[in-house]
Amino acid sequence: MFNHSHTTKPLFYKISGSWGNHEGSLLLWLLVLNLFIFLFLLKSKEQDKNYRILTLLFQQVIIIGFFIFIIKTSNPFNYIFPVPTEGLGLNPILQDPALAIHPPILYLGYVGSSVIFSATLAATSLNYISKNWAKHIKTWVLWSWIFLTLGILLGSIWAYYELGWGGFWFWDPVENVSLMPWIALTTLLHCILILERRKILTSWVIILSISTFTLSMCGTFLVRSGILNSVHTFANDPERGLYILIFLFCLIFLSLFIFFFYHKTEDNQKYDFFWLSKESSILVNNWFMMYFLVVILIGTIYPIFLEVINSEKISVGPPFYMKLIIPFLIPFLFAMAIGPKLKWIKSDIQNKINLSIFFIISFFLSILIIKNLKVNFLVNTILVSSALYLFLVTSREFLIKGINNLAQNLAHFGFSLLILSILFNNFFSTEVITNLKIGETFKSEKIHITFESIEKKEIKNYSSIIGKININDPKGLSQTLEPELRIYNQPNIVTSEADIKTNLFSDKFITMNLVQNQDYFNIRYQIKPFMIWIWLSVLLICSGGLISLFRKKI
Amino acid sequence: MKTKIFFSVAIISSLIIFFVLFKGLQNTNIYTPQVDVKKDIPYFEAKIFDSDIVKNSNEIFQKENFYLLNIWSSWCAPCRYEHPILLKLKDQVNLEIIGLNYKDNIINAKKFLKELNSPYRLILSDENGIIAIEWGAYGVPETFLIHNKRIIKRYVGPLNMNSIIEIKKFIE
Amino acid sequence: MKYLKYILIFLFLFDLNLLSANENNSHSKITKNLRCLICQGQSIHDSDSEFANSIKILVSKKLNDGFSEDQIYIFLKEKYGEWILYDPGYNKNTYFLWLLPLLMFIIGGAIILKRFIIKKN
Repeated sequence: MFNHSHTTKPLFYKISGSWGNHEGSLLLWLLVLNLFIFLFLLKSKEQDKNYRILTLLFQQVIIIGFFIFIIKTSNPFNYIFPVPTEGLGLNPILQDPALAIHPPILYLGYVGSSVIFSATLAATSLNYISKNWAKHIKTWVLWSWIFLTLGILLGSIWAYYELGWGGFWFWDPVENVSLMPWIALTTLLHCILILERRKILTSWVIILSISTFTLSMCGTFLVRSGILNSVHTFANDPERGLYILIFLFCLIFLSLFIFFFYHKTEDNQKYDFFWLSKESSILVNNWFMMYFLVVILIGTIYPIFLEVINSEKISVGPPFYMKLIIPFLIPFLFAMAIGPKLKWIKSDIQNKINLSIFFIISFFLSILIIKNLKVNFLVNTILVSSALYLFLVTSREFLIKGINNLAQNLAHFGFSLLILSILFNNFFSTEVITNLKIGETFKSEKIHITFESIEKKEIKNYSSIIGKININDPKGLSQTLEPELRIYNQPNIVTSEADIKTNLFSDKFITMNLVQNQDYFNIRYQIKPFMIWIWLSVLLICSGGLISLFRKKI
Repeated sequence: MKTKIFFSVAIISSLIIFFVLFKGLQNTNIYTPQVDVKKDIPYFEAKIFDSDIVKNSNEIFQKENFYLLNIWSSWCAPCRYEHPILLKLKDQVNLEIIGLNYKDNIINAKKFLKELNSPYRLILSDENGIIAIEWGAYGVPETFLIHNKRIIKRYVGPLNMNSIIEIKKFIE
Repeated sequence: MKYLKYILIFLFLFDLNLLSANENNSHSKITKNLRCLICQGQSIHDSDSEFANSIKILVSKKLNDGFSEDQIYIFLKEKYGEWILYDPGYNKNTYFLWLLPLLMFIIGGAIILKRFIIKKN
């Protein structure tokens, strides 16, 4: 069986000789699938033989499914390619190094989740789920989690640099679709911690493993079929969409069948933990995570449902997610601060005084921060204080416990830093949008923006206009930024390349745009504080995962 | 027993989801506002092209006959394609063609008209695109057929020979 | 030492406060909530299409004329349909959209309570 998937690989090369974007990415997907199954075989030597074989079998089902997909929908002899596929390859926005490594890394995460999926199905049908199994699968969960996190980070960085309007997360369907498996995987990661100690919550772990992979597939479906409208326009081909959809539901039926008829329910298990314990704190984590997942899932696919049922079209955008997620983020952050301090089975909150002092400090700090801002005072104060609280509690943990429990603490610390940076980024971002002719200056109390000159260049497939723009702030600091406009000739696209000056505390972000039929340019200048901290905190979260992997091996 | 019930519920709900997504695949993902709605014309005030005279919509559409409001611009390529077709409608007795010059440079617009002839009885200028929004337009060119201060037909994108035939039918 | 650090952080943040103060707050709030019909998937605020630029001008004009945020939304909804708003209001089309997640949250909490916390015997 293993040989089979290997011998087919050269065949793929022949079939998709053109190496179009779509084919290339599918090929990559298959390659990684094969690589991972090989690694799985190497890594699972101490496991039961039947279990290994069955995992391989399920994995082969997935591989064959994708194989047929390639032959069916991407074979140039059967179908004439729709033009968009070709156009995509040339789309200059996608010619970017961050985006070049973004798909493979994301795929590593997705494919890792497919291994978890197969292994879970195999373990379920053999009734093999145990503490030992949990330890073995945890490595896979961690690896795919790390790759998925990195993949999302890269995508976000790409959006920030390339899309040219200074945001890093748009709640765009394509982004949501990558976030959903991440949430499911994070939940699984926490849940496995319980399973690793005691054989409880097995059904829940199975459901999570299945849904992680299903959501990844669902993502592939939503992105590839073009059923949803997104900034990241991909090739739209309903034919492909239909195939992935059928395949996806076959897998869902298969896993439902195995789950309901092979899984032995856990009647003999005792949930003998106290309400205040590590177990229940992890359950609370699961509870909130699932809620976030449901919000994003429903927000993403609801427009499709509404259109089919009611033929009305609506948009579900950032305000929806904000409204439903932010209020729930507050208790979530508090639970994240306290949860890890609890002991298994039964616990008591220690250091109550310390914890409350931290709470008071963070609360007053946030009042001071929010006070002068024109934002909703109450919600933001509580939000900032909950994030600050987590921040303080985890930093204190570093000081007293050192490298003990480092992985978890680092990840939680990273998360608090992420939320804080995002919030501060939101609060303190400033923006100036103005139309300037060459030589003109925009003046306000805080800033002078002078459009000094432009320079035109002809480069192979595009001509570029580079503007020199001088920024003068009240302290007398002056800086020249050089945004660029690229006018591509092949597909006639104008892209705007932002010039970003990054330093530790804020990014200066400038773009310029052509205005139809006018002799001025539209200049958009933004100061985005704490941008780099957003990236750094995600890296911290990742390194938390890495450390956890590393420590296990020692 | 319990298992079977749960299983069938899960299967049925995923079948429903499958069906909906399957249906959804056939719809286009690009949004276009509804165009076949008959509405009263919006109230607006506009400057007349190349002058400082301001007129409001009541003055412009006061007569009983048909009006064709065409949003155009010299920088829009489809407008150039559409222009000869508009010219064919110029001599219709029952029809007044009104141009709405969308976000244009006056010199270029004049050059455009000089080169291709003007089918318009009256040209309004829409310097920043706000009037087009009042009409619910979102691109150039767009054309509205108006009768009795009501929009009876809307064309998004350039007119073609079929739309000419249609417009002529309406007028008769 | 630790407190000194906090004070420094605080001072730093305070300094930023002076920089912020976005003058046209409601303008950017409104345009961020509008979806562009030309480059669908982008908000009006982020888009540079002709259409988006016109809408931006329109919004500032309406704000000057004393229109409220909701009135502007109603105006644009009438012209371009529900779709233009990123924030799907609470109406008969969106009951499920808003309530389903909350319902799931409650159900989840109930399951946890019932299975793990209360049943202790």
